[in-house]
Amino acid sequence: MILCSKSLIIWDMRKLALNDEILLSIENPARYIGGEVNAVMKDKNDVSVRFAMCFPDVYEIGMSHLGIQILYHMFNSFEDTWCERVYSPWPDLDKILREKQIPLFALESQDPIRQFDFLGITIQYEMCYTNILQVLDLSKIPLIHNERTWDDPIVIGGGPCTYNPEPIADFFDLFYIGEGETIYRRLLDLYKEAKASGMSRADFLYEAGKLPGMYCPMYYEATYHEDGTIASFFPTREGLPDKIVKEIEMNVSDTYYPDKPVVPFVKVTQDRVVLEIQRGCIRGCRFCQAGQLYRPVRERDVEMLKKYAVEMLHNTGHEEISLSSLSSSDYQKLPELIDFLIEECNRRRINISLPSLRIDAFSLDVMSKVQDVRKSSLTFAPEAGSQRMRDVINKGLTEEVILKGAEEAFKGGWTKVKLYFMLGLPTETDEDRRGIAELSNLVAKTFYDTVPKPERKGKVSVTASTSFFIPKPFTPFQWARMGTSEEFISYAKTVKEAVMAQLNQKVIKYNWHEADVSVLEGVFARGDRKVSKVILQAYKKGCIFDAWSEYYHHDVWLSCFEECGVPIDFYTTRERAIDEVFPWDFIDCGVSRAFLEREWLRATKEQVVTPNCRQACSGCGAARFGGGVCFEEREDGASEGTN
Amino acid sequence: MKVRIKFRKYGAMIFIGHLDTMRFFQKLIRRADIDVSYTQGFSPHQIMSFAAPLGVGLCSNGEYLDLGCEHVTSTKDMIERLNQASVEGYEITNVVLLPEDAGNAMASVAAATYTVHMRYEQPEIDFASQISAFLKQETISVVKQTKKSEKVLDIKPLIFDLDVSYEEVDGKRRPVFSMMVDASSAGNIKPALVLDTLYTFASLPAPKEFDYIITREDTYTNIGTSEEPKLVPLDAVGNTI
Repeated sequence: MILCSKSLIIWDMRKLALNDEILLSIENPARYIGGEVNAVMKDKNDVSVRFAMCFPDVYEIGMSHLGIQILYHMFNSFEDTWCERVYSPWPDLDKILREKQIPLFALESQDPIRQFDFLGITIQYEMCYTNILQVLDLSKIPLIHNERTWDDPIVIGGGPCTYNPEPIADFFDLFYIGEGETIYRRLLDLYKEAKASGMSRADFLYEAGKLPGMYCPMYYEATYHEDGTIASFFPTREGLPDKIVKEIEMNVSDTYYPDKPVVPFVKVTQDRVVLEIQRGCIRGCRFCQAGQLYRPVRERDVEMLKKYAVEMLHNTGHEEISLSSLSSSDYQKLPELIDFLIEECNRRRINISLPSLRIDAFSLDVMSKVQDVRKSSLTFAPEAGSQRMRDVINKGLTEEVILKGAEEAFKGGWTKVKLYFMLGLPTETDEDRRGIAELSNLVAKTFYDTVPKPERKGKVSVTASTSFFIPKPFTPFQWARMGTSEEFISYAKTVKEAVMAQLNQKVIKYNWHEADVSVLEGVFARGDRKVSKVILQAYKKGCIFDAWSEYYHHDVWLSCFEECGVPIDFYTTRERAIDEVFPWDFIDCGVSRAFLEREWLRATKEQVVTPNCRQACSGCGAARFGGGVCFEEREDGASEGTN
Repeated sequence: MKVRIKFRKYGAMIFIGHLDTMRFFQKLIRRADIDVSYTQGFSPHQIMSFAAPLGVGLCSNGEYLDLGCEHVTSTKDMIERLNQASVEGYEITNVVLLPEDAGNAMASVAAATYTVHMRYEQPEIDFASQISAFLKQETISVVKQTKKSEKVLDIKPLIFDLDVSYEEVDGKRRPVFSMMVDASSAGNIKPALVLDTLYTFASLPAPKEFDYIITREDTYTNIGTSEEPKLVPLDAVGNTI
């Protein structure tokens, strides 16, 4: 600890886990010192449960995640619990921790993670899987669950990737399937009882596995057919459920929400107050996993949101507020909320950022009020280039609507437009791919048609970006064949050439996403337990931060698949039978497999769109949770969960 | 109107860089409900300027920033509100109202005082006599590395004061240096440069990396003339509210 002069007092301060020499020799030492505004300090002797909450990526990414802020607030509102944060140390510090044998520590107390009762890891994307092993390893916690003892924390995973936890099942003691607000209190109470009664760790995990939404992978087993697909999947101890039903917070207007989010010193990705206005999405795009996992849509009460907006702005001092949801335009009281925020924020000189808004007259009007039109760009997500393809993926957006939106935007003074697409979708042809270029061209043409020459301020710019389609569990496309890296590159080439052939090609910029890493993500997304040894092997060969292109080593991964005898194409390009047992079938996310199957056939055979939840109920199964959009008055006149 | 805020930076916060310190204060001002002035335009920002950037790894008992305000309460009230909204490691110690004609914080800086402790064991020599010989030289030349070339600089006129005392660490005497040096934009020198040069003068091996534990004690402005300087702490030019 640095001693400052002034009569040589060493202040009674937190002792940092890293000494000054280390902190001064690494990039961004502020990532590791804690002590931020609203970070929660408690006396460890006053609590009975210490919970380390981890986002397995670098601090700036992890600190931008709303879910952790919500759970951090919830846990710390429990008097008997102290929740602290931990993130993946960047490779520079990773190296030093290994060399000097310094155990990974939590930011608040700076105590080693291994001393904690729980290590909770939120798993938001597949490409962080090796970072999970990094965090365990640096904490000196055995990587495989059956090698752990009571000297190790209970390692529990949560977040969207845990809806197919199988590729990482070996590394976790428990998975929490669903929304964190509901069951953690019961889990902590069970833990305290177990500790007090001298229960074994294995028995505690068994008891925990009986709680709603809890999956204890060590007590489940899979058997396989000769072709490698799953024959059966079952609990190995009596009393554990065959199916794990996701947990869901139905009362989103009266639950935990962080009124005092932690304010980082360094500029993080999401350096603003985040107001989650609703959970779920009514749209049902067939490629979108979140749109299915978080059903049914539940809106937060607008008065609650107003109250939290004001408190959070005051408690953080942030200069920006952002609305968060899968599709903000579908929030029914959006105009009221935005009017309130504009007035409140103008007074306080606060910026408003409005992502995921549908581009229409209303949103353009709002955006012209809250941002500098000349500097900002407008984003459309048609996701596919042709109408046929957009119908297949159930993206209701039509060319007419996109061009109308572009026209209004150009009239309003915007000149920069971004268009997002996917490549490699089921049933996609070259014609659909060329449609991406054609639509981009039409948007550019709309500018020239709309804005007369003398009124043009600057040049129009259209940026088209494509990512490669990755089939995800619990989507209608979970049966889909995924493309190979070579196919993806050739699709991108088709688009590129088509862009070059357009009249307005000079103002169209085309970007495409890395293909290799998409393939790996595809393996993890629909992987089974056999994939875990590949992940372990790749980690042992030094793979971490796979989500960061500068640290992604595709050749190492390929050799690991080979050495482990796990074929990539089994998970990606293989055609799946309609009745195949999937690794994630033991999880029940509310949306039924029968619904997904219907949607898969509507997409690929009938090629028709399915109405959104407010237009008509399609009987997905989420109505059984007893609330949300399923019980609203609908456009078709029906209501009250008619599925 | 403008106020000048004096603060300390210590503990873990010495690892927060200058830009992040500025961001910290922008948010702190909002949390403390200070009625701050904003610039005009589409993205208004607070009218705020810092005196002298402090390097990462340094403590300070005398940092300053100037803040444009629409309305002020009292020194006591503003200090209290700012400290309540602050974190351990950033402590506000004074808020004064600046006269209309006060120069901006950065341009006002003339000098700074530093205390330097040594992290590791040092040779047991008579630093006091070395220092007096060091300062008696006609010139104190150092080679300053710039991007393109090397430049020889005489730092003697930039050292206003240099002294040594001792502390006991693990039963051994260790020097504690204190100095006042030029901190103006034209002549700013770092305390480490002064001590490196002193060690070379005394034929001692240069201290190891991270050996210096540096505290900036205060930052000064010149209220005299260039011929007859009168150095006072930056908050001495303002008035308690």
